[in-house]
Amino acid sequence: MQNSASLLEVRGISKSFGAVRALQEVDFTLRAGEIHALLGENGAGKSTLIKVITGVFPRDAGFVRIGGEEIAPRSAKAAVAAGIATVYQEVNLLPNLSVAQNLFLDRQPMRFGIVREGEMRRRAKALLADFGLDIDVAAPLGSYSVAIQHVTAIARAVDLSARVLILDEPTASLDRHEVEILFGIMRQLAKRGIGIVFVSHFLDQVYEISDRITVLRNGRLVGERETASLARLELIRMMLGRELAETTSARAAASEHEVREVCASFENFGKAGYVAPFNLELRHGEVVGLAGLLGSGRTETARLVFGAERADRGQARVEGAPVRLQSPRDGVRHGFGYCPEERKTDGIVAELTVRENIVLALQAKRGLLRPLSRREQDEIARRYVKMLDIRPADPERPVGLLSGGNQQKVLLARWLATSPRLLVLDEPTRGIDVGAHAEIIRLIRELCDDGLSLLVISSELDEIVTYSDRVVVLRDRAHVEELAGEAVDVGNILAAIAADSVTVALEAHT
Amino acid sequence: MRGLPPVLITAIVLVAGFALCAVQFPNIASTRVVGNLLTDNAFLGIVATGMTFVIISGGIDLSVGSVIGFTTVFVALAIERWGMPPLVAFVAILALSAAFGAAMGAVIHVFDLPPFIVTLAGMFLARGAGFLLSTESVPITAPVYSTVSDFALRMPGGGRLTSVAIIMLVIVIGGALLLQLTRFGANVYALGGSRATAGLMGVAVGKMTIKIYMLSSLLAGIAGIVFSFYTSAGYSLSAVGVELDTIAAVVIGGTLLTGGQGSVIGTFLGVLIQGLIQTYINFDGTLSSWWTKIATGVLLFAFIALQQGLVALARRPRTKSLGAAT
Repeated sequence: MQNSASLLEVRGISKSFGAVRALQEVDFTLRAGEIHALLGENGAGKSTLIKVITGVFPRDAGFVRIGGEEIAPRSAKAAVAAGIATVYQEVNLLPNLSVAQNLFLDRQPMRFGIVREGEMRRRAKALLADFGLDIDVAAPLGSYSVAIQHVTAIARAVDLSARVLILDEPTASLDRHEVEILFGIMRQLAKRGIGIVFVSHFLDQVYEISDRITVLRNGRLVGERETASLARLELIRMMLGRELAETTSARAAASEHEVREVCASFENFGKAGYVAPFNLELRHGEVVGLAGLLGSGRTETARLVFGAERADRGQARVEGAPVRLQSPRDGVRHGFGYCPEERKTDGIVAELTVRENIVLALQAKRGLLRPLSRREQDEIARRYVKMLDIRPADPERPVGLLSGGNQQKVLLARWLATSPRLLVLDEPTRGIDVGAHAEIIRLIRELCDDGLSLLVISSELDEIVTYSDRVVVLRDRAHVEELAGEAVDVGNILAAIAADSVTVALEAHT
Repeated sequence: MRGLPPVLITAIVLVAGFALCAVQFPNIASTRVVGNLLTDNAFLGIVATGMTFVIISGGIDLSVGSVIGFTTVFVALAIERWGMPPLVAFVAILALSAAFGAAMGAVIHVFDLPPFIVTLAGMFLARGAGFLLSTESVPITAPVYSTVSDFALRMPGGGRLTSVAIIMLVIVIGGALLLQLTRFGANVYALGGSRATAGLMGVAVGKMTIKIYMLSSLLAGIAGIVFSFYTSAGYSLSAVGVELDTIAAVVIGGTLLTGGQGSVIGTFLGVLIQGLIQTYINFDGTLSSWWTKIATGVLLFAFIALQQGLVALARRPRTKSLGAAT
């Protein structure tokens, strides 16, 4: 790195939301003219860090310096004035305005109080030409592809004299060719001395474009490395926080290889642009873990299996019989249950009581015409509160007042009450304290012993290894490897996640 | 390239409708009828111009009908009972209505309330205040009124372009220029696209909201004065429900009710379409005047369905991409 002047210095940033410490003493350094990847799994604190830097959230401690000067922006506008511009995955421009208006909104060239439309278009055209774009700038922005909208957003940001450009998942909705063009633009901007922060979960792209990498995990800084000298396996270890030494420790001796009956199977199941077609067999009394990095297609697989997303190819079978899975209602009818990752938004109804939350799915399954009597509801609620040890053991308490672990149990109870044959758990231990972790894991094993079939997604590899009979590893929205029996250990999972894409592709097709 | 823009469809409906009416009643195609049409709908055209700004910015203003009613009563009382010179009365009521609109805009922005609720409150407030001033119709006899009412430009063919029609045309043209050519206009569209994004891009959302509702109420005030010219009286029950006719004209004119798209010219055409239906019914003589409402309702449905279709078309995934596809 010839140009090593540090442009953006972030030191000792901390940020808490209530009791949750989202960032703890995080440092981050961006040099002028470099492309710096900011990586971390879900909940690592990437977006919180970006929002603190750009003034969307106030910080609790630490400071931010740009070009040696301390700044404390209170709004995105102030951050832009200080020279920090952010382009989010969801393009923050106005699709109903013309490209030119978007580029020059609130700073249009004027004469006698009238916008000089011709001059504005000419300037817009010249500005976009710098980015290799030759389009009709008078057309509404919404009539162009997401890639062009991204480039327009970047052009606006750079034209607002940005010295630091933060790109938050800019490539998520671009195709390969568009990514190439975006990378070309990024390199060109870096040459001009602009520092670029690149947030992405596509590791191939990170290796292709970035000079250095900073990894966050659970709100803490894990480390900063030169991309060239950081092995892929090492990077994944940093992100997932696993040392290879402490592998298969507490793995339950679950491998009594009795032949179990197939509960549900999916053949060549998939959806174009969502998850590549996969084969998956789920057996009674078996836990199948889904492992992979954020964005690798784990949640997508779960949604396909449950019917929350419609597969466009392949065949699903339940107990051997072919079934249609077109909607969550179909999933519920076949005895599937799904505890989504976003408990707060997709799962619990915080204002309702524990009892009401528990009977929700069962009532939905029975239909409105056969309401559960209050006595039945009380009975069910009491049973599950006891069985899952939900605390406080008060079925009439609003769920929003319970701790994360107990909310998770209420969700579990809701689906268990429908006596499902297959339960899909997406990150069941996310945001739950350590004590409750162990309890949820114990519950998962117990449920399984009762003949329930479980499909569990988790980023905690230790956990997955502890309770899974088989582990499916995903990468770039495809199932790349299935580990069973003795092969299930953290090292093998990491190796499969990190494996070179070419060999993995070959393995997957043999 | 993607079908016709809504304004053009409105224009086609107007021309086709006018042609149909002219076939049945050849007298309709005269400057006399057109002049009357402009005069009769002058206040509607003025208030609809303001409403266009509000709706494009993603809001709604239900108070305009009441503001017109209040204005007529205020002007009548000020001139006839309180002895104010008409010009002073006009300035006073315009200042008052502008302040009223600014206050509604401020409430909408500061308390982050839905415009529907705030302007609904404004509607009751203005109507109630009108009743407070006077519950009966107050005739205006000031000489200015007959002078202004009688003034008209002669058009070829015997038609008269009255002063109120001229005021309306000036406001429509001025409004169209303000919306299309100024930074203020661009910001109105920006707010309608997304308030949050517009704010992130540097638009002063609060100030804009206040100015937009101020403009709408100010134009409602002018419409009220024009209405008092037209009727030569002030009555607190006048212009009841005009806010809904106004919204209908704006929507028929091709403005998206959810904001972000539309034009003043389209609104003007929408006003003319409503006026044309009314004129047709007058010529026919046997139809009840409520047929205006029914025809307006049918047209509204048609235009909303059309807009939904266009929006759905626009939401379809694009194939246009950067350079050549891979």
